[in-house]
Amino acid sequence: MEHIVIIGNGISGVTLARHIRKNSDKEITIVSAETDYFFSRTALMYVYMGHMKFEHTQPYESWFWKKNRINLKKGYVQQVDPKKKQLVFSNNETLSYDKLVLATGSKPNKFGWPGQDLKGVMGLYHKQDLENLEKHAPNNKVCKRAVIVGGGLIGIELAEMLHSRNIPVTFLVRETSFWNGVLPAGESEMINEHIKENHIDLRLSTNLKEIVSDENGRVKSVIIEETGEEIPCDVVGLTAGVSPNIDFIKNSETSAEPSRSIETNRGILVNRFLETNIKDVYAIGDCAEQREAIGNRRPIEAVWYTGRMMGETLAQTLCGNRVEYKPGHWFNSAKFIDIEYQTYGWVFSERSKKDTELHFHWRHPKENICITVAYDKDTNKFLGINTFGIRMRHKIFDRWLTEERDVNHVMEYLADANFDPEFYRAYEKEIITKFNQENNTNIQPRKKSWKRIFAKA
Amino acid sequence: MKAIKNIGLIIFLTGLSIFTGTIFTGSFSLTTSEVEAFIQEKGYKSDVIRKELIKAAASEKELNIFDFSSRVRAAYQASNDHYDALIARYDAEKNWDKKGEQYQYKIYGKPHTLSYELAKKAGKGYVKDNAGMFWWLTFGLGIIGALLFILPNFVLLGPAGIKNNGIYLESATNRGWIAWLVLIYLVSFYLVLYFMADYVVNWTYILDPISEFLNGGQASQWFVYGFLYCVIMIVMAARMYIKYRHNKYQVVRTTSVLFFQIVFAFLIPEIMASLGAPGYDFKNAFPLDYDFFFEWNLDSLSQSGAIGIFILVWGMILTLIIVPVMVYFFGKRWYCSWVCGCGGLAETLGDPYRQHSDKSLKAWKLERWLIHSVLVFSLVMTIVTLYCYFSGAQSFLGINSQWIKDTYSFLIGAWFAGVIGTGFYPIFGNRVWCRFGCPLAAYLGLVQRFKSRFRITTNGGQCISCGNCSTYCEQGIDVRAYAQKGENIVRSSCVGCGICSAVCPRGVLKLENGPEQGRINPTEILLGNDVDLMKLVNQK
Repeated sequence: MEHIVIIGNGISGVTLARHIRKNSDKEITIVSAETDYFFSRTALMYVYMGHMKFEHTQPYESWFWKKNRINLKKGYVQQVDPKKKQLVFSNNETLSYDKLVLATGSKPNKFGWPGQDLKGVMGLYHKQDLENLEKHAPNNKVCKRAVIVGGGLIGIELAEMLHSRNIPVTFLVRETSFWNGVLPAGESEMINEHIKENHIDLRLSTNLKEIVSDENGRVKSVIIEETGEEIPCDVVGLTAGVSPNIDFIKNSETSAEPSRSIETNRGILVNRFLETNIKDVYAIGDCAEQREAIGNRRPIEAVWYTGRMMGETLAQTLCGNRVEYKPGHWFNSAKFIDIEYQTYGWVFSERSKKDTELHFHWRHPKENICITVAYDKDTNKFLGINTFGIRMRHKIFDRWLTEERDVNHVMEYLADANFDPEFYRAYEKEIITKFNQENNTNIQPRKKSWKRIFAKA
Repeated sequence: MKAIKNIGLIIFLTGLSIFTGTIFTGSFSLTTSEVEAFIQEKGYKSDVIRKELIKAAASEKELNIFDFSSRVRAAYQASNDHYDALIARYDAEKNWDKKGEQYQYKIYGKPHTLSYELAKKAGKGYVKDNAGMFWWLTFGLGIIGALLFILPNFVLLGPAGIKNNGIYLESATNRGWIAWLVLIYLVSFYLVLYFMADYVVNWTYILDPISEFLNGGQASQWFVYGFLYCVIMIVMAARMYIKYRHNKYQVVRTTSVLFFQIVFAFLIPEIMASLGAPGYDFKNAFPLDYDFFFEWNLDSLSQSGAIGIFILVWGMILTLIIVPVMVYFFGKRWYCSWVCGCGGLAETLGDPYRQHSDKSLKAWKLERWLIHSVLVFSLVMTIVTLYCYFSGAQSFLGINSQWIKDTYSFLIGAWFAGVIGTGFYPIFGNRVWCRFGCPLAAYLGLVQRFKSRFRITTNGGQCISCGNCSTYCEQGIDVRAYAQKGENIVRSSCVGCGICSAVCPRGVLKLENGPEQGRINPTEILLGNDVDLMKLVNQK
C-alpha cells in the first residue's frame, strides 16, 4: 500500500491526512517534533490567559488517530533524501515514503538584533514558546515588564496575553500606526486607541536597537534605536512576522546534484498543484511558496485557513484526482484585544492601494466599531470590506464577490450580510446615510431576507 | 477595587457562616398539650406514639434540633416497632382480625418529615425571636458581600468583552480545593434539604415574616429553597450583566430567566396560595414537572374549581402544543435558557463552572442513553399512575404505582435533579441535570433535532479551531468539531445559551431561526476554497 508521509502535524498536514483517509486506504504517517497530537496554534494564547487548558486546543480526542489509521510519529527530521525516498531523523532513524508532503509551517523571524538569543527572549509560535513564556512571565512579580517587538497580529496577541496577567507591556511598532501596512488609516488608528485603552505602552515609529543582557545571560533591558532610551524588562517578545520553517530542507540540499534537491526560495517552491520540483514531494501550508502569486495573495500565505485549503486540495491530487489549488475570494479574521475584525475581498491600506481603489469608511461615534468598504473608482465594483466590531456573513460576501456586485448593491443589502448575535444593535442605517451623503446617492437599506440569504448562488 | 472585592468576600463568608451556624442554635420543646394537639391534627390513633412523643418532645431539657430530631424519630420508630411486633405476633397466631386492626396505628411518612413538622412548632430561641435581624445577618450579609465581590468587576475586567482570564488558573473555577469545598457544601445542602429538612428548620424561622407577608402562612423548607434560589439568581445575574455587558443576547436572556423565576416560579404560586388556590408554576412543563399527573395533584386540581381545571388543561396544552411549537420556531432555548428555573440557576450561579462539562464522545453516548432513559422512565411512571388513578388498581403492567412514583421522586427528582444536578456544578459543570437527566430536555431535544428552524450557523471558512466554543459549551457539545468543518450545529442537547457565539474570537457562530432547508449542511470542503472543488466533493 502506498505510504504517504506528512511532515508537520499542523492544520495543513492534519487536514490532508483526514481527507486522504476519507478518500482512500493509503497508509498515512504524520511526523512532528513539536507535540504528540495536533493542536490549534492560534489557541495557544488562550492557554496562557487561562481561558483554556492545553488539552482544549486539541480538536481531536486521542483515539481519533488510531481509529482513522493515521500513524503519528514524534521525531525531528534532519534530512530528506528524495533519491532513496527516505527521511533521516535526528536520532539517525529512517522512514521510507512513497509520497512526501512537507507541511512544516513557520518559525518566528529574527533580524539579527544583538541579544536576540538571550534567556527571556522569545517568539510566540510553538508550544515550547508558550512553556518558555510561562517560565519567564508567570506573573508580574517575576516579570516586571515585557517588551514586544513587532506590531502584527502575533504582537498584539502577546500584548493581550501579558496584559491578562497584569504584566506591564511596552509594545514597539516600527510603523507610524499599528498594522497600517495592511489596515487603512482609520481602522489602524482605532486599534492604536484600543491598545492604549488597555494600558499597553504603545510606541509607534520605534525600532529595537539591541537587547541587553545581565550577568547571567538573561534579558535586562532593551535599547530603542531612535532615542537610545533603555527600557528595563524581563521578557522580550519577538513578533516581527514568521517565515517558512525549512532549514532542514536547505540542509538536505546536495550541491553535487542540485537537480535532485528540493527547490526553495523563502519557502518551498510549488506549482499550482502544490508539487515541488521533485516528483512525489509536495508542500502545503505556511512553508509552501507559490512560484507565481495567486491573484492578490502573497506567494507565501501564513494563514490558518489557507493551510487547511491546501490540505483539502492536495488530498484530491494524492487520491488520484489531480486538482489545482485555487483559493477563492480572500477572507480573514482576527481579534485585537476586544475588537473583532473580519475582512472579505481586498481592502488595501493607503500604503499599498491603487489609485482606482476608493474607500468608504464609517466609524461609530463612541464604540470601537467601524467598517471600510473598498470599491473601484470607475466601475463602482465592490472590492472588499473590513469590519471591526461587526460580524459579517462569509457566504453573502463570497457570493457578492463572485457576482461582481457594485458597491451600491452591497450597501443596499448590507443587512443580509450581518452576522452579529441576535438583539445586537445594527448600524446599516447610519452606514448607508453616511454613504449617501458622501456619494450623492439615495440608497435605501433593505430589510434582511432569509430568502435571499439562502438563495442558491 | 481589589480591596472592595476582598471585603465583600469576607462579608459574604460571614453571612454564609451565620446562615449555616443558625442550624445549631435554638432549643426545641413542646408542652404536653401541644403534642396532643399535633397528634390530633395528624389523626394518629396510636397510644404508643402519644406516650413516646410526649416523652421525646415535651422535655424539660434544652434540646438542639439534632437531639430533638433523633428523639422524635426514635419515638416514631418505637411506635411503629411496637405495632410491627404486634402484627408479627397476630400473624403468627393467625389472628387475622387483630392483625388487621393494628395497621391503623402505624405511622406513615418519612421520619425526618414528621420530625420537621413537629420541630417547626417546637423551636424557640434567638433566631426565631429575631427573624428580621437574622435575615440581615444571613441573607443581607450574603447579598451585600456577594455584590461587593461582583460589582468591582465592572472596572477590574477592563473594557467590555470576553474576559475569561484566569479561569483555568484559579482554584475555584479549575476544580481546585475551593471548587471541591463548594461541591461538598452544595451536596450537603441538598441532602439536608431533601432528606433531613428538620435539621434546617431554623432557616424557616428567618423567612417566616416574608412568607407570612406573601402567602399568609409560615415558611416551609421549600419556601426557604425558593427564596434562596431567587436571591442567588438575582445576585449572580448581576455578575452576568457585568461579564456579558457587551452582548445584548446574554443581557436579554438573563433578564428573561430572572423574570420567569421570580414571577412565575416564586411570586405567582405564593400569591395563588394566599388566595387559597393551589400554588402552580405556570411555566413548569411536564415531564420536568413529573408529579403533575400524580393522584394528589389531580385530586387537588380537580377540587379547586375553575382555576384547578384551568391549570390541568394549561399543563397539558403546555406540554403537548406550546412546547413543541415554540421549539419548532425558536429551538429548545426558548425554554431551557430563557424560561426554565433549572436553566436559570445554571445560567447564573452555574456560569463560572460551564467549562467543566465533558466534551468527549463517551460523554455524549452516555448522555443519549441516560436522558432518553429518564424520559421513558417518566412516561412509564405517568402511564402507570394515570391507569391506576382512573381504574383504581394498585399496579399496571406489573408495576406498582406507589413504588414507581417513590422511586422516580427519590432517584430522579431528588438525587439527579438536586444533589447531583446542582451539587456537582463546581466539578462537572452547570448543566449535569439538563444534559443527562431532564426528561423535558430530552423531549424538546427530539423536536429540536428533527423539526425546528433553530440552528447555530457556522460562518463559512472563518473557524480557526481554537476551541473556545467547545470549552465553554455547558452542554458538552464539541462545537468546534462542527464549526471547523463548516457545518451548522443542530444538536438536540443545545440549549441555545449563546456563549459559544460570544466567546468565538472570529465571529464564526450565530444562533438563528431560519428556514428548515439548508439547516443541516454536511460539508467536506469549506466555503472559500475553489468553487469547483467544493461542489465536486460536497455533492457526492
